[in-house]
Amino acid sequence: MADAPKTSASLHRPDGWEIVRRSKPAMISLVFLAVLVVLAFTVPFFLPDALKTTSNGAFLPPLASGVDAPVTHVCGTDKNGQDLFYRLLTGAQVSMGVGIVGAAISLIIGTLYGMISGFMGGRVDALMMRVVDLLYAVPRILFIMIFIAAFDSVFKDWLDGIRLWSQEAGWKRLEEAAHYLMPYSKIVVMIISLGLVEWLTMARIIRGQVLVLRELTFVTASRAMGQSNWQILRKHLLPNLSTIILTYLTLTIPAVILDESFLSFLGLGIEDPAASWGSLLKDGAQVINPVESKWWLLAFPAVLMSLSLLALNFLGDGLRDAFDPKSAD
Amino acid sequence: MSLLTVQNLQQHFPVRGGVLRRAVASCKAVDGVSFELGKGETLGLVGESGCGKTTLGKAIARLLKPTSGQITFDGQDITHKSMGELRPMRRNMQMIFQDPAESLNPRHTVRDILEEPFIVQKIGTKEERRKWVLDLLDKVGLANSAAEKFPFEFSGGQRQRIGIARAIALKPKLIVCDEPVSALDVSVQSQVLNLLLDLQRDMGLSYLFIAHGLSVVKHMSDRVAVMYLGKIMELAPAEMLYHSPRHAYTKALLDAIPVPDPSLRRSRKLLQGDVPSPINPPPGCAFGHRMKHPNWEQSVGMDLSLKEVSPGHWVQLCPCCT
Repeated sequence: MADAPKTSASLHRPDGWEIVRRSKPAMISLVFLAVLVVLAFTVPFFLPDALKTTSNGAFLPPLASGVDAPVTHVCGTDKNGQDLFYRLLTGAQVSMGVGIVGAAISLIIGTLYGMISGFMGGRVDALMMRVVDLLYAVPRILFIMIFIAAFDSVFKDWLDGIRLWSQEAGWKRLEEAAHYLMPYSKIVVMIISLGLVEWLTMARIIRGQVLVLRELTFVTASRAMGQSNWQILRKHLLPNLSTIILTYLTLTIPAVILDESFLSFLGLGIEDPAASWGSLLKDGAQVINPVESKWWLLAFPAVLMSLSLLALNFLGDGLRDAFDPKSAD
Repeated sequence: MSLLTVQNLQQHFPVRGGVLRRAVASCKAVDGVSFELGKGETLGLVGESGCGKTTLGKAIARLLKPTSGQITFDGQDITHKSMGELRPMRRNMQMIFQDPAESLNPRHTVRDILEEPFIVQKIGTKEERRKWVLDLLDKVGLANSAAEKFPFEFSGGQRQRIGIARAIALKPKLIVCDEPVSALDVSVQSQVLNLLLDLQRDMGLSYLFIAHGLSVVKHMSDRVAVMYLGKIMELAPAEMLYHSPRHAYTKALLDAIPVPDPSLRRSRKLLQGDVPSPINPPPGCAFGHRMKHPNWEQSVGMDLSLKEVSPGHWVQLCPCCT
C-alpha cells in the first residue's frame, strides 16, 4: 500500500509530455532535430580547414578524395571546389537560425497583438482583426522582397551610424556588435521581414483562445479582487496560452525556413560565401544539365531540408495533439 | 445601518444587430431591484435559470457597469466608480463562484491562487503571505501540503474550499456566493454550506447567497428574495416565506422542493414553459402572463413595486399572482 498515492496520481489525465512521448513520429522528429542541431553547431569546428575553403577540385562526386589536400569529400564538392558536407552544416546553422529567430519575432508580435485584440473585444477587436485580414491579402513574398530592397541599405547605414556613434561614446561592446553585424545586415533585414509576415496566423489563434479564456471565472475572480487588466493578461492568460504558443512556434519555424529557402533560391536571400539550404539548392539547380548529372548538389540539400521540415511539422502536430484536451482521451 | 443598499438597480445589455452593430434592443437582465443587507446577515436569492440572479450578483460586485439605480456599500456609493477607484473597496467584497473547476486558474498552484488577493491589494511581505496562505488552508479544512498542489489534484468540494479560502483572504465584509454548491455532489454540499456558516459566525460575514432552489437557501438564509425575470417577486424572512408564501411563483418554487417520502406526495402545480426572454418582457406581471392567468390583463399598467404586506414581508401585489 506504500505506493497508493502514486497510482492515484496516474489516474488523472496524462500530461502533455507523456502524449508527445507516446506519439512515435513526434519522438523520432524530436530526436532527429536534436541530433541535427547538435551536429550543425559542433561538427564544423572539428572539420579540417582544407574542407572549409575553396579548392581546385570542383564538382567532385561524393566520397571522392580532395585534389589539394588528402581529405574525403563525403557529399562531394560544388563549382568552387568547396566541400558540400561542410556547407550543408553551415547552411543548417543559417536556415535553422533564420527559422527560429524569424518565428520568435512573429511569435512576439502575434501573441501581443492577438492578446490585446481578444482581451479588449468589441470595436478594438473588430478593427484589429480587419487589419489582419488586410495584411493577409498582401502577397507575402512580394512584401518581403520590397522590404529587403527598401531597408537593406537603410539598415546598413543605421549599423554604420551606431558603430560610429558608439565609437565616439566609447562603448566598445556596441561598436563591436555593430561591426560584426554589418556583413549580415541583409540576413537581419530578411529575418525581420519574415517575422513581420508570419505573425498573422499566430495573432488569430491567440485571439480566439483569449476570447475563450477571458470568459472563464478565474479571470472574473481575479477582477473581483481588483487585479488590473495588464496583470490579468500576464498572470492568468499568458500561462494558459503557453502550450498553444509553443505548438504554433514549432509550426511557424518550418514556414519561415521555407520562405527563406524560397527567397535564397530566387537569389534574394543568403548570398555567397554564406550558405543556407535554399542557396545550396539554387547552386545545385543551376548546374543541372542533361549531359552530366551533378545530382549530389541538389539531392543532399533537398533531402536534408525536406526531412527537417517534415520533422518540425510532425513535432508540431504531436505537440498540438498533446495540448488539445479533446484528443487526449 | 445596513451594509449594502441596492436601490432600483437596472442592468441592461444592448442587443446589437444590423450591419453597423447598433443597439437594436436591450436585454433587461436586472430590471429595478431594491433591497438591503445588514451586517452578518444572509440574504438568499432564488429563481430559475436566466432570471438575472448571477447578473445581479456581478453588478453588485461591480464587475459590470449598472445601467441605472444605486448601489451603496459600506457607506459609499459605488454605482459609478471606475475600476481603479474600486480597488480599495474590493477588499471588503468578494465572490465565490459556481464551478470551482473553472474559477481556479489551472496553471497556478494553490499558493499562487491564495496569495493573489494579497499581492493585488499590496498587503504583507513574502514571509507574511506564506504564513497567511497556510492559515487560510487551515480555516477551510485543507492540509498545509495542499499549498504546493495544482487545482486538478483536488476533488470538487476541496476546490470549492480553495475558492472560499481565496474569498475570505482579505477578511471581507460581504461575500457574493454565486450558486456555490450547485456544481457539487449532494454529499459534499452540506459540508461546504456548514463551512460557510462557520466562517460567517467567526468573521461576521454577510452573504448574498444565490441559488436556484429554495431547499439550499432555507438552510443558509435569514431572509430570502425570490427573483423572476429581473425583478424581485417576494422578499421575506426565511421562516415567513416558507410558511406563508404570498406570491404564486414562490409557491411554485416551494412545490418544486423534492420530498423524500413518496407517500407524502402533494398535488402540485408544475410550472409551464420557460422564463420568457428578457429582451421583450411581457407587459404587466410577467409570471401571470406565463401562467396564462385569467386576471393577467388587469396587471398591465399597474404599479407592480414591492409592498410590505406584514412586517418584513414584501410582495409584488398583482391580481393574478397574489
